Amino acid sequence: MDEPKNKDPEKFDKALKQRHNDHYLLRLYVSGLSPKSRRAIENLKEICEEYLKDRYDLEVIDIFQQPELARAEQIIAAPTLIKELPPPLRKFIGDLSETEKILVGLEIKIPIEGGIS
Amino acid sequence: MAGRESSEAILRPKLAKCPTGIRGLDEITNGGLPRGRPTLVCGGAGCGKTLLGMEFIVRGAVEYGEPGVFMSFEEGVEELIQNMASLGFELEDLKEKRKIFLDFVFIERHEIEETGEYDLEGLFIRLASAVDAIGAKRVVLDTIEALFAGLPNELILRSELRRLFRWLKDKGLTTVVTGEKGRGALTRHGIEEYVSDAVIVLDHRIFNQIATRRLRLIKYRGSLHWADEYPFMIDENGIAIIPITSLSLDYAVSSERVSTGVPYQDQMLGGGYYRGSSILVSGTAGSGKSSLAGSFANDVCRRGERCLYMAFEESPAQIIRNMRGIGLDLEPWVEQGLLKFHAARPTLYGLEMHLAMICKLTDELKPSAVIMDPVTNLSITAGPREVKSMLMRLVDFLKNRQITTLLTHLSHPGEVETTTMGISSLMDTWMLVLYRESTGQRRRVLHILKSRGMGHSSRMTEFTITDQGIKLVEV
Repeated sequence: MDEPKNKDPEKFDKALKQRHNDHYLLRLYVSGLSPKSRRAIENLKEICEEYLKDRYDLEVIDIFQQPELARAEQIIAAPTLIKELPPPLRKFIGDLSETEKILVGLEIKIPIEGGIS
Repeated sequence: MAGRESSEAILRPKLAKCPTGIRGLDEITNGGLPRGRPTLVCGGAGCGKTLLGMEFIVRGAVEYGEPGVFMSFEEGVEELIQNMASLGFELEDLKEKRKIFLDFVFIERHEIEETGEYDLEGLFIRLASAVDAIGAKRVVLDTIEALFAGLPNELILRSELRRLFRWLKDKGLTTVVTGEKGRGALTRHGIEEYVSDAVIVLDHRIFNQIATRRLRLIKYRGSLHWADEYPFMIDENGIAIIPITSLSLDYAVSSERVSTGVPYQDQMLGGGYYRGSSILVSGTAGSGKSSLAGSFANDVCRRGERCLYMAFEESPAQIIRNMRGIGLDLEPWVEQGLLKFHAARPTLYGLEMHLAMICKLTDELKPSAVIMDPVTNLSITAGPREVKSMLMRLVDFLKNRQITTLLTHLSHPGEVETTTMGISSLMDTWMLVLYRESTGQRRRVLHILKSRGMGHSSRMTEFTITDQGIKLVEV
């Protein structure tokens, strides 16, 4: 059986089980190694390690190398982060420097104002 | 200022042009759009922007061997393919042969959140990879203004748009950018700011409840162009612009005579009409105008030439029946494709559209004679000045092609010479047919009021319409 690269079967099973509750599947589309791309990757990794440790898969895609993926995923701005799982699908554009916004957007954190306290 | 600019343009080295292949557009732009530069095409909803862009791409790929990328921000690829199929453009096939590349750019604002600095590299990469994939020379962005609705940060967007247009120019891509008409501005988001080379405005206006499409070239830097408004049509072959206001009076003239189809009438004119001249037949109701027109049409076809008959009052079947009654059988000519009737109520569409229709049919049929019977009713939809201007352009258009034109005009008794909408001055030959009372009988009389460049009889000539045609008798 062909196994997906970089993914051990156990983790995959776990991901499947948790797919609908708290496992995150994130794809980050960047354009080459521009400063913005670098910042986005660093920022995202930090957030993931801090808040989503052991419950996320992150794939970084260089649209320079794979323009057809940019087309398929309707990528216009770079960097673009797509939260594929858990639903609903969300898109974030920018270098992901506004941590607070991302945490709320990824539903890791409930918004303070006007939210449930 | 404008005058100086245009005289400078003549002296400057010729600007490279990119032919669009769109009927009429290359004529009014003196060869096409500025090569390697962007052109803005703007107008309201449903004005034909997308079609113009797509035709530019398709004709470029098919007729000029220049592949093109069509980036759509509004219609999906499937939708585009379907819509264009109804106009005879087989996008699917061109796509497979890698002559065109279609990309649908879709942005859902509420799905997107801004979280820091970004650029539009995604869009750039998509466009660049599409251009590289097929070796594109042409690009259409339809309409890039959709980005304003999709992306929150206008500052970033504007600076990226500037970068995009610079990139397109650097790449030497001839680009059509479409834009939605804005309030008091050419486009809703002012994208004309980025496109400084050429601007085309499309318009779909309704006047007197009759819709007319118009095209205007409001700017074309460094090139001579015609600044008038042109009516255009969308038919089964795409867009057809009729460059009818641009003509000058320098057409070649012929001294060849063509028969009127009535023996003695030829004699009165010293041998017939000049080929390529314009003839007006005015007269009261029932005086025989259509019979003269029918005789001429019959003679044109008898010589094996083609004739376009614009019937504004009667149906072709009725005209054929009536002509048969006076010994003229037009039906075989219709069957042989020499005679083409086009019947249209004057009120069916506006004057400009009638003109455009006649010009289009003329270009298709390539007749040696055009008959309009009668032009009177055209004034139902417009004032006499508009009618005169339309006929002037029509006559110029037909003369340029050496096509003999015969118009009939219904006049009221007693004021025949004054009720011709001032069009008689445009005509080379003006004939009057009327009834005269003499010896207790009403007789038909033909009178040549003028005929430029030929000796002609100035006598009133009586004529009768018999079942063997028109017979003229000198009185």
